[in-house]
Amino acid sequence: MNITGWIARRGKWFIIMPPLLFLLIFFLIPFGFAFRISLADTAIRVPPFTDILSISPDWHIHLTLNLGNFKYLFTDEVYGLSYLYSIKTAFFSTLICLALGYPMAYAIARTSKSTQSILLLIIILPFWTSFLLRVYALEGIIRETGLLNSALLWLGLIHHPLQIMRTTPAVYLGIIYSYLPFMVLPLFATLEKLDHSLLEAAADLGSPPWRAFIDVTLPLSIPGIIAGSMLVFIPAIGEFVIPTLLGGPDNLMIGRVLWDEFFGNRDWPVASAVAIAFLVLLVGPIALYQHYSAKELEA
Amino acid sequence: MSERASPLLISILCIGIAILYVPILVLIGYSFNASALVSVWGGFSTHWYVQLVHNDQILDAAWLSLQIGVVVSTGAVILGTLAAIALVRFPVFRTRLLLTGMVNAPLVMPEIITGITQLLLFVSMLHVLGWPHRGFTTIVIAHIAFCTAYVTVTVQSRLKSADRSLEEAAMDLGSGPVRAFLDTTLPAIAPALASSWLLSFTLSLDDLVISSFVSGPGASTLPMVIFSKVKLGVSPDINALASLIICLVGACVLLAGYLMRRSERQRLLDAQMAER
Repeated sequence: MNITGWIARRGKWFIIMPPLLFLLIFFLIPFGFAFRISLADTAIRVPPFTDILSISPDWHIHLTLNLGNFKYLFTDEVYGLSYLYSIKTAFFSTLICLALGYPMAYAIARTSKSTQSILLLIIILPFWTSFLLRVYALEGIIRETGLLNSALLWLGLIHHPLQIMRTTPAVYLGIIYSYLPFMVLPLFATLEKLDHSLLEAAADLGSPPWRAFIDVTLPLSIPGIIAGSMLVFIPAIGEFVIPTLLGGPDNLMIGRVLWDEFFGNRDWPVASAVAIAFLVLLVGPIALYQHYSAKELEA
Repeated sequence: MSERASPLLISILCIGIAILYVPILVLIGYSFNASALVSVWGGFSTHWYVQLVHNDQILDAAWLSLQIGVVVSTGAVILGTLAAIALVRFPVFRTRLLLTGMVNAPLVMPEIITGITQLLLFVSMLHVLGWPHRGFTTIVIAHIAFCTAYVTVTVQSRLKSADRSLEEAAMDLGSGPVRAFLDTTLPAIAPALASSWLLSFTLSLDDLVISSFVSGPGASTLPMVIFSKVKLGVSPDINALASLIICLVGACVLLAGYLMRRSERQRLLDAQMAER
């Protein structure tokens, strides 16, 4: 066994190891720490929680697990309510994005190839510009003295400025505005590939256009609908910036609760418990779903 | 699809595009407003842009964010490309499933959870190892972790479609596997590397949530400064800053897109010429 042969065979580990170790240490293992700390107690010290493992002077190892943080999540209803509220908000804003994004993608798919690439660029461009700044820009439109109210007042459609900022519609608007490109792009990708002869066949067989749409186009675009909905739903559910900047005190989404627990109350163990519960209840099912749908696609 | 879109579809498309662009255009308009009252038009002025140059807090934060962005995107492109090579070129290896999971998970993980868990790790590490202190280092590490995921996905798809025959030819002519890869496949995937570098850079430059968690005293990135100002309401100097950033990023993306399209077209032309 010579040394070059050994390197050639082991060589692939020089490629695999750097990203594997980095992500293991700085992405996966942190979840272990969060789980450990979610079982600890708050303490007034740095870092602000107790050790769950301790060794007493007579060399006995003490494991103090505190399930109180998880129990607390069930007793204080703010957590349950904000979970449900986040799901509801993300669900309805995804639906609205779909209702708006589907016709957009459909229209783009029906233009010529050169127009398509320009329109796609127009849709993608906002995604590259700062998300935070775009949310802030929206505030300029919908605040009490913003463009929308000024325009409506000027047109005489309303007599008092509408209160949109710090309300639920503002949060919906923010999510739709921020994530609409994520809905349009995958929908376009599936609609563009659609075989036009199928629609012609449906027309030849006597289907009116709306019927052909329901029977042919819609079922064939389901992968795009699912992909787009996932891309909107997943970031929307953990959203922090939009409910904080545009929403009012009622728009308690789970991301905001987590932030306040961490920075406001400085209760790290409870915040960790919220994060772990969030992960299990929401991200777990989504990841499993994606895993299986990817397998189905491969099959 | 080739059939013409109906007027209804076209108008929905226009409404959608208007939703995406009107707020940005209005923001740019307001940034030239001479009046400090954001609701009143006080005439055209570049006053707020001039003031920006004298705002040390914003300049320091912008400088910090740019430095972080360069280090992060370079690191993420290296790690992400390695991960993509591993996943595309080595069909079987132990820990493959683990690596696949770890490069895909950050894409679906809410930032706030990633931020909290990473902060807890850094705090515990500091407690035990005395390293890293919260600030530049921790932000860079945390950003690399999620940017690597985006790089891997981008490079992976490009690598899958890359032609391996040139690389095999190079190896037949006596190049080692590493040399052959660097000479043939690397230039072919270079556009993907460039676009994922840019993507990582903008993601890092824009990140608020993860930075806020893992940063320490004295290290405020640009989004953190903007967020703390914006929370208090609309302010004219942020309008100017936002317009500047948006126009700069927009111009960069358009330029990068143009260059990439041109090199792609050149490559196709070359391929056609070679076939003749």
